[in-house]
Amino acid sequence: MAVLVRIPTPLRTVSKGAAEVQAAGDSVADVIADLERQFPGMRERLLEDNGNVRRFINVYVNEEDIRFLDGPKTTLKPGDQVSIVPAIAGGRAASR
Amino acid sequence: MDRVRGLTCRECGRSYPTAPAHVCEFCFGPLEVDYDYAAIRPLVSRARIEAGPRSIWRYAPLLPVELSPDGEPPVGAAVGFTPLIRARNLGEELGVRELYVKNDSVCHPTWSFKDRVVSVAFAKALEFGFDTVACASTGNLANSVAAHAAEARLAAYVFIPADLEPSKVTATLVYQPTVVAVHGTYDEVNRLCSEVADKYPWAFVNINIRPYYAEGSKTYAYEIAEQLGWRAPAHVVVPCAGGSLLTKVAKAFKELRLLGLIPEGQTRMHAAQAAGCGPIVTMIKNDTDVLVPVRPQTIAKSLAIGNPADGYYAYRAVKDSGGHGEHATDEEIVQGMRLLARTEGIFTETAGGVTVAAARKLVESGRIPRDEPVVICITGNGLKTPDALQDRLSVDVTIRPSLSVFDQALADLKSSRASEL
Repeated sequence: MAVLVRIPTPLRTVSKGAAEVQAAGDSVADVIADLERQFPGMRERLLEDNGNVRRFINVYVNEEDIRFLDGPKTTLKPGDQVSIVPAIAGGRAASR
Repeated sequence: MDRVRGLTCRECGRSYPTAPAHVCEFCFGPLEVDYDYAAIRPLVSRARIEAGPRSIWRYAPLLPVELSPDGEPPVGAAVGFTPLIRARNLGEELGVRELYVKNDSVCHPTWSFKDRVVSVAFAKALEFGFDTVACASTGNLANSVAAHAAEARLAAYVFIPADLEPSKVTATLVYQPTVVAVHGTYDEVNRLCSEVADKYPWAFVNINIRPYYAEGSKTYAYEIAEQLGWRAPAHVVVPCAGGSLLTKVAKAFKELRLLGLIPEGQTRMHAAQAAGCGPIVTMIKNDTDVLVPVRPQTIAKSLAIGNPADGYYAYRAVKDSGGHGEHATDEEIVQGMRLLARTEGIFTETAGGVTVAAARKLVESGRIPRDEPVVICITGNGLKTPDALQDRLSVDVTIRPSLSVFDQALADLKSSRASEL
């Protein structure tokens, strides 16, 4: 299943300039794994070595912070949108 | 500017040039102003600072902005240098021998410590060539951004939660910025603003200008140290919303020590938050550096940030200094406001009530020893949030303009108070 992922400005060097990409997966963790397949180096930018989301990155499914959901295990359904957002000052660099 | 090398990432240490940027492109860590303290050292001394203007600009060499050749800042010339009060009555009430209140409820011009950060942010925004400023705010920042934009003749967009206290909205509207009320919490407003900041070429003081803006908070602590006779207190109790003020107060004392302006020592940083929105204090109490965001539910709306940007660093500053933190319930917040007013004649907003209530708990639990110097940070004015008290206070008696009626009323009041005792 593919979902739309919004990429913030600092990560667009990795996503070859794309602000929005399609990625496959049934959970946020799966989607990040697919992003890594499409754009090598993405995982390192998003996750710490232990698989946790980096401290200064917030991930939203639709409008909800995944820390209010099920973290990286948060499941996705068709039509969901995943936003990757710098955490500082809510710093969301991706455009809608 | 020789004093400032540029920006560095607090997390991974990567360097960036001085620019309107706030996030590390690699790890998304926050960017911070990188000073060359060797270049600053010859510019500062106790005597030089004391000879400076009675405003935050006496500390200009420690800020990331340039003054004009005649020493004038571009905006906010009269900001800061607020009173540090020796709070004997409140000290007696709390059982603390040496207690002080740093009173930014009378900061010029909008009665909160935000005037410090905004004037520094605007100086930088003007230097960068912006003609429009903006912010996401829980109220005090909105007031200050709107006021300083008027002074600097900048266009201003102010984004606030739609349920903000009416008095804070009025105190923003009067300066005639564009006010955008957003249905949502501050965190949601802020998230929207991050998107707006990415799309419109505006100086968002708490987003793309944040590294410079946050430095303005240091002046609050510089003043405390100078007003104590060039020493830092053993304890400071700081209200936390985004957590920036606490981290910058800690940084300021460190800088003053580094520059030899105050003696070596340790100031214990204590965080004060509302029970209904206290993610930083929760980290401290649970001894974890993982912040769990919350949905705010408190009368202290100026502190109602459930996902604080500097939460991690505020936690670190508290832990590294050997300090602690306390939560205050809505009832305790009101009691704190009333206690400060009754003992020291200072009317603070709900955030100040949080700080007083937290200080009381920290003393009662022994986290703050009763024989060490303590400074309580009062950062906003009570007239901004009268709604918090309106339902709890009433006039004692209403009478006709007649002396005999007054005599009777007074007798009744005295007897009813005597029976209460």
